[in-house]
Formats: sequence, C-alpha cells, structure tokens
Amino acid sequence: MNDVWQWDYAFEVLPGIVGGGLWMTIKVTVLASILAYVIGLGLALLRRSDLRIVSMVAWAVIEFIRSTPLLVQLFFAFYVLPDIGLLFDPVTTGVVVFGLHYATYAAEVYRAGIEAVPRGQWEAATALSLPRSRTWTKVILPQAIPRVLPALGNYTISMLKETPLLLTIGVLDIVGVAAEEGSQAFRYVEPITIAGVLFLILSYSASLLTRWMERRVGIAR
Amino acid sequence: MIRFEDVGKSFGPVTVLDGLNFTVAPGEFVTLIGPSGSGKTTILRLVMTLEQVTSGVITVGGEYLSHMERGGRLVRADEKHQREVRKRIGMVFQQFNLFPNMKVMQNLTEAPVRVLGKSRAEAEERARELLDLVGLNDKVDAHPSQLSGGQQQRVAIARALAMQPDVLLLDEVTSALDPELVAGVLALLKDIARTTDITFLCVTHEMGFARDVSDRVMMFDGGKVIEDAAPDKLFSEPDHERTRSFLQAVLERG
Repeated sequence: MNDVWQWDYAFEVLPGIVGGGLWMTIKVTVLASILAYVIGLGLALLRRSDLRIVSMVAWAVIEFIRSTPLLVQLFFAFYVLPDIGLLFDPVTTGVVVFGLHYATYAAEVYRAGIEAVPRGQWEAATALSLPRSRTWTKVILPQAIPRVLPALGNYTISMLKETPLLLTIGVLDIVGVAAEEGSQAFRYVEPITIAGVLFLILSYSASLLTRWMERRVGIAR
Repeated sequence: MIRFEDVGKSFGPVTVLDGLNFTVAPGEFVTLIGPSGSGKTTILRLVMTLEQVTSGVITVGGEYLSHMERGGRLVRADEKHQREVRKRIGMVFQQFNLFPNMKVMQNLTEAPVRVLGKSRAEAEERARELLDLVGLNDKVDAHPSQLSGGQQQRVAIARALAMQPDVLLLDEVTSALDPELVAGVLALLKDIARTTDITFLCVTHEMGFARDVSDRVMMFDGGKVIEDAAPDKLFSEPDHERTRSFLQAVLERG
C-alpha cells in the first residue's frame, strides 16, 4: 500500500474526476466565456459611446471589476447578494461571476481591436453615408473581431485554470472532485496528479486552437 | 454647387484655413494645388463632413452643410442634418479605403442598398455597369487584397459613383499608386469628368492631369487662395510669384 503511485486507485478515482469535475470545468468555462465575450463587446461599445455619462459608467464598471480579485467577487455574489434577496444556485453564480470578471478583460481586448481598424475605414463609411449601426456591424467589427480572437482565446485558457476557485462556493470542478476523492481515501497523489494532467491536456489543446486561430488571422490579413 | 463663406478651420492653436471664400459651379471641375500643409485636403474633408468648420458657412447645392436653420436662426448642423446633405457627396481617398472584409461586389452594393434603398438586384446590375466602366468586370468576386493599388482605386471610384453623387471629391487619388498605374486611373477620371455632370473638387500633384481636365485651378498657400484661374492661364502665365515658384518646384521634382 505504500507504493508512490497505485494504478488500481488511480483507475478507481478517474471516472469520478472525468465525469463530474472535468465536465463541470468545461461547462463553466464555455458558458462563462460566451458570457464574457458578449458582455465584453457590449462594454467596449458603451465605452465608446458619445454620451459621456454612458462611457463613464462603462469605464467605472470595467475598472472596478478588473481591480478586485475574482475570489472577492465570487464570495460577494455567493454570500452577500442572498442577503438582499438575490439567490442563485452556485453554478449559475460561478458562471455569471467568471463571465463578468473576464468580460472586463475582453472589453479591453475588443477596444484594442476596434482601435486597430484604420481611420480610413470610418471615413469611407461616412463618405458612403452608411448609418453608424451599419458601419459597426458591416465594416468595423468584422475587421476588429477576427484580430482579437486569439487574445480572447488566451483569456478562456486563464479562466479554465481558475475554475478550481469555484470549490470555495461548493462547485466541484476537476480539482474539487479530485480533492474530495483524496479526502475520502486519505490519499491525494493519484487524484491530484490526474487533475493536473487533465488541466494540462485541456490548456494545451486550447492553446493549440488559439495558435491555429492566430495563424488563420495572420493569413486573412 | 459648393460655396465657402468666410470659412475658417483650426486644429487647436493651428489655423489651417482662414476666412476662405470660393464657389464651385454645378458640373465644374476645380483642382486645388499648393504646397503640403496649405489646407487643400482640409477643404475636401470639410465638404465630406469628416471635419467641422471652426467659423464660416459651407453650402452644397443651395443647402447648408455646416449649419442648418432652426426657428429662423442658423445653428450648427447636427449629425442627422449632415447625414441627409452628405448623401449628395462622394469621396475617393488617397489610400482607397475599400472595405477589406467585403468582396468587390459588396463594396459597391452595400451603401446603394442600405442608404439609397435600392433592391439588391438593381444595385448589382449598376455595380456591374460601373465595373465595366472602370475595366474590372472580371473582379466582381475578388477581395480588395487580391487587387493591385490601381485596381483598388478603380473599384473605389466605382464605389463612389454607385452612390450617384452630385459632388465627387478626389483627395490625391494617385499619390499612393505605383508610377506605372497612375496614367490609367487619371485617364479613367478624365473620362468620367467628361461624360457626367458631376461637380468635381480635386486635390492632386499631377499637374498635367490638372491642366488637362480642370475648368479652374486654385493655388493655395498658407490657408488662403492666392490665385484662381483657368488652367492654361495659371500654368502658363501665373500672376503670382508664389504660384510660379511652386510650379517650378513641382516640375523639377517630377
């Protein structure tokens, strides 16, 4: 029983970690990424609003969320909001908090992408009398978004690696399930190693995907 | 067609145009020449509403462009007013500014469909005619990045014409082209100027072209018109020493 690595035990905990934890990690990462990309784009557009009050509020939201730790936001949503009557299940809380947190990073990424579109594109759209909404949807964003996809992909990878934080509000991701398995058998080597390897596989394949996107964008330009 | 009344334009502390007055008659081809920084391009950008005047008034086709009437008073034009007047004006840029995310056809049909309310079929038919005119009917499905500079500029000219402008602004349209492509684009513009009744306001350093195609040439320096004459007069026997030295310098360089 004192072997450093026990294959029997590893195979015993593997299905639980993959079936429960891996699935939760992927689910939260995918849902929160979608939320972050959509809200991030909204924030980036509000940030550019001609109405000063709107752009100021967007700026304040972005700065506030970016300047406080994800864990604080997670605790706030989980422990404080229910006191004022806002009660969500832990997974929803996790997805929304992760989504909002990363939306502020995504907003900055979009902003850079939008600013990288040459001024001449705006001017050509004006010269053709294209309405502003049409200029955004047909001219500016189709040029800005492909350029920023790799950067957004990198944020998805960091989000993926932050999902263990969900353990603190009772949502068990890969690490959460692994730790639980370990605590039941008083043996952590196998489950924690498996968790690490799963993250390695996930992150590495995600970064391959991001690099592939980077090349595609490079070709398109 | 275009009237500048006492127009001034400053960028911060820098005055680019100062009390400028001139008119361009309907169908006229007017070329602006002068040293860099003399304010020529700023004039085109004011007419296209890419910049706003600091003082003075601009009218296009009898309508206020920089201003509008509200309650019997003349006030600064808002975006909505400018959007209406702007529809009569087109511009071709030095850097072409085609939309790289659209094929040639969509570059030519997007605004006619969205802004002029044409049907897609109608807009596409017109686009094909225009591509015929500019000699690129085989490039309908090309992306701008697959075209040479000269071809891109021809597409940009077709795109501007697709909006049926009354006024077309040409901002150094051959300056970014390889030398061997310049003549083709200029010949195309000459052809368009002669066969349509569009009013042209053109900034160029191509003096041969200016002389050939213009009804009038205005020499600018320091934000003012220092000479305004028929091309033959201005190029052969300019009144002003400054015009003479400028033309001399351009000739020696070119």
